[in-house]
Amino acid sequence: MLKEKYKAEIDEILSRYPVRRSALLPLLYLAQQEEGYVSEPAMKEIASILRLTPPQVYETVTFYTMFNLKPIGRFHIQVCKSLMCALVGSDPLIGWLEAKLDVKPGDTTKDGLFTLSKVECLGACGTGPMMQINSDYYERLTEEKVDRILADLKRDGTSTLKSGPFMWPEPAQRA
Amino acid sequence: MPKHEPVLLKNMLQPGYTGSLADYERAGGYQALRTVLGKIPPAEVTHMVIKSGLRGRGGAGFPTGVKWGFLPKDYTGPKYLCCNADESEPGTFKDRQLMERDPHQVLEGIAIACYAIGVETAYIYIRGEFALGAKILEAAIREARAAGYLGTNVLGTGRTMNVWVHRGAGAYICGEETALLESLEGKRGLPRVKPPFPATHGLYNKPTVVNNVETLANLPHIITRGPDWFASIGSPPKSAGTRIFCVSGHVKRPGNYEVPMGITCRELIFEQAGGMRSDKPLKAFIPGGASAPFLTPDHLDVKLDFESVAQAGSMLGSGGVTVMEEGTDMVWAALRLTEFFYHESCGKCSPCREGSSWLVQTLRRIVAGQGRMQDLETLTDLCQNIAGRTVCAFGDAEVSPILSTLKYWRHEYEALIRAAEADGPTELLMPTAARH
Ligand SMILES: Cc1cc2nc3c(=O)[nH]c(=O)nc-3n(C[C@H](O)[C@H](O)[C@H](O)COP(=O)(O)O)c2cc1C
Ligand code: SF4
Ligand code: FES
Repeated sequence: MLKEKYKAEIDEILSRYPVRRSALLPLLYLAQQEEGYVSEPAMKEIASILRLTPPQVYETVTFYTMFNLKPIGRFHIQVCKSLMCALVGSDPLIGWLEAKLDVKPGDTTKDGLFTLSKVECLGACGTGPMMQINSDYYERLTEEKVDRILADLKRDGTSTLKSGPFMWPEPAQRA
Repeated sequence: MPKHEPVLLKNMLQPGYTGSLADYERAGGYQALRTVLGKIPPAEVTHMVIKSGLRGRGGAGFPTGVKWGFLPKDYTGPKYLCCNADESEPGTFKDRQLMERDPHQVLEGIAIACYAIGVETAYIYIRGEFALGAKILEAAIREARAAGYLGTNVLGTGRTMNVWVHRGAGAYICGEETALLESLEGKRGLPRVKPPFPATHGLYNKPTVVNNVETLANLPHIITRGPDWFASIGSPPKSAGTRIFCVSGHVKRPGNYEVPMGITCRELIFEQAGGMRSDKPLKAFIPGGASAPFLTPDHLDVKLDFESVAQAGSMLGSGGVTVMEEGTDMVWAALRLTEFFYHESCGKCSPCREGSSWLVQTLRRIVAGQGRMQDLETLTDLCQNIAGRTVCAFGDAEVSPILSTLKYWRHEYEALIRAAEADGPTELLMPTAARH
């Protein structure tokens, strides 16, 4: 139950808005962080916290692509396929990931580690091809870099190749 | 000002600059807030912004101070400021850099706007995928509150300015200002019919201003260096100031470049971004994000300001400049962008919801080598029935990749179709309504 575990956090979130329903997306994030996806019991509980009906929560959840309605792999790999990334090689990179993980976009590897998705522009078009894994960005990808990232994640659960605060070109690279 | 002196990126271009409060203050940060707070009347601040000529950097280019002036004057109830940090227009990645590398510059801009329009609560609506940006902003807000730049009793003046970060959750349309407001209210992000405009009926139906991150980041500089200084940069009077152009595609050095408005496309692409990545010449470029019509090498000397780009048949939009080299398949490029629009249509109005599906399927058929000449009429006809007939400007945006590629590269469509027709009659693939 979210209410018991995150009482202080929920109260703080509610305090930001004059109207309770505004807390819906933040609470959905909390639920997804807790279970890896937004479950039906979580939606019902959020509805009761916000004094909404469960359908009001459900109709909202389904509008937003970042909420998973069923469990997915431990690492959610989302590769941008929009034009700017496609110009610099996102299609072959997706092919590389498919072969490497032996899954099609939308599927999860048998060991439950990786879910692969193709997504639209993630706001990193100058540093493509790029992908997001859980909340981290990985940019200027090559096949070798992807291999290292996957190996890092399997071994350590995280990778140092993820992007930090963004600036491109970095001051040093400027002409 | 020397030709390319950066304003918004100045701090972060200094080696070792971290964007912390201490760094920002050392670079003169929050002096503008001190200058205005309780010393310059709010109406005078708005007047300075009008005088500077600052226009919105989110896409539509509306004069910022004029927009503020639309808030009801004699109203004393709650009103709101929303900083639009949704940045989802393909080709655009400048707000991300402004927020992650110099968050206090954005916060100071927000504080100045709050003061000018008399707002006590501001929300930064940031796209959900920018988890790092949200974290950085939240940390910066905590720092600014502790230092008295935000919160209650700002700089001892008794004013309240609370700023909250609100994360979206994956929906391009939530960058449209009224969809943003719906989303912030915890609903599906469906744009509202305008009028009424947010200035009178915005968040929670209260007077609201929505401004882009880059727009707000300009405010401290306008205060510190004066509206006349700002109005002297770029191509005044209509396109004053610098713009951060986000260059992507087939160039040597893609990335963010801040330049005065009015430099030519050629200067941006060939000087700033280093020119083409290989010996293949430039074939096409988009000057203002996915919603802006494609242009050709003949347009390289067009000036990057609001009017010149519009005159050339495109728009400056969000500042996302995408460059394509010779050999790029233009029908394929149009399809990629149309797939984006199809995926992101919110579904509120039928021309856009159904039309985007038909557009994608007709284009897919052509690209798959099964097109027919009448498909080109179908595409044009669909586009004409979408643009101008929808609730929000998304409808106009989604037709621009197709109409502009049909205008300049119709022969590429025709070649694909002629090859398909030479293959003999195939069954006409009818569009189906399946979504996602
Ligand atoms: C489909 C659509 C998407 C938009 N996306 C964004 C966006 O991601 N960021 C943004 O600042 N403005 C976006 N806008 C423009 C906003 O509606 C609004 O004009 C802008 O935030 C106003 O701020 P400004 O005057 O400072 O530019 C979008 C508009 C439309 C029609
Ligand atoms: S034009 Fe498209 S995106 Fe805009 S309201 Fe209509 S359906 Fe939604
Ligand atoms: S096109 Fe891939 S991040 Fe924008």
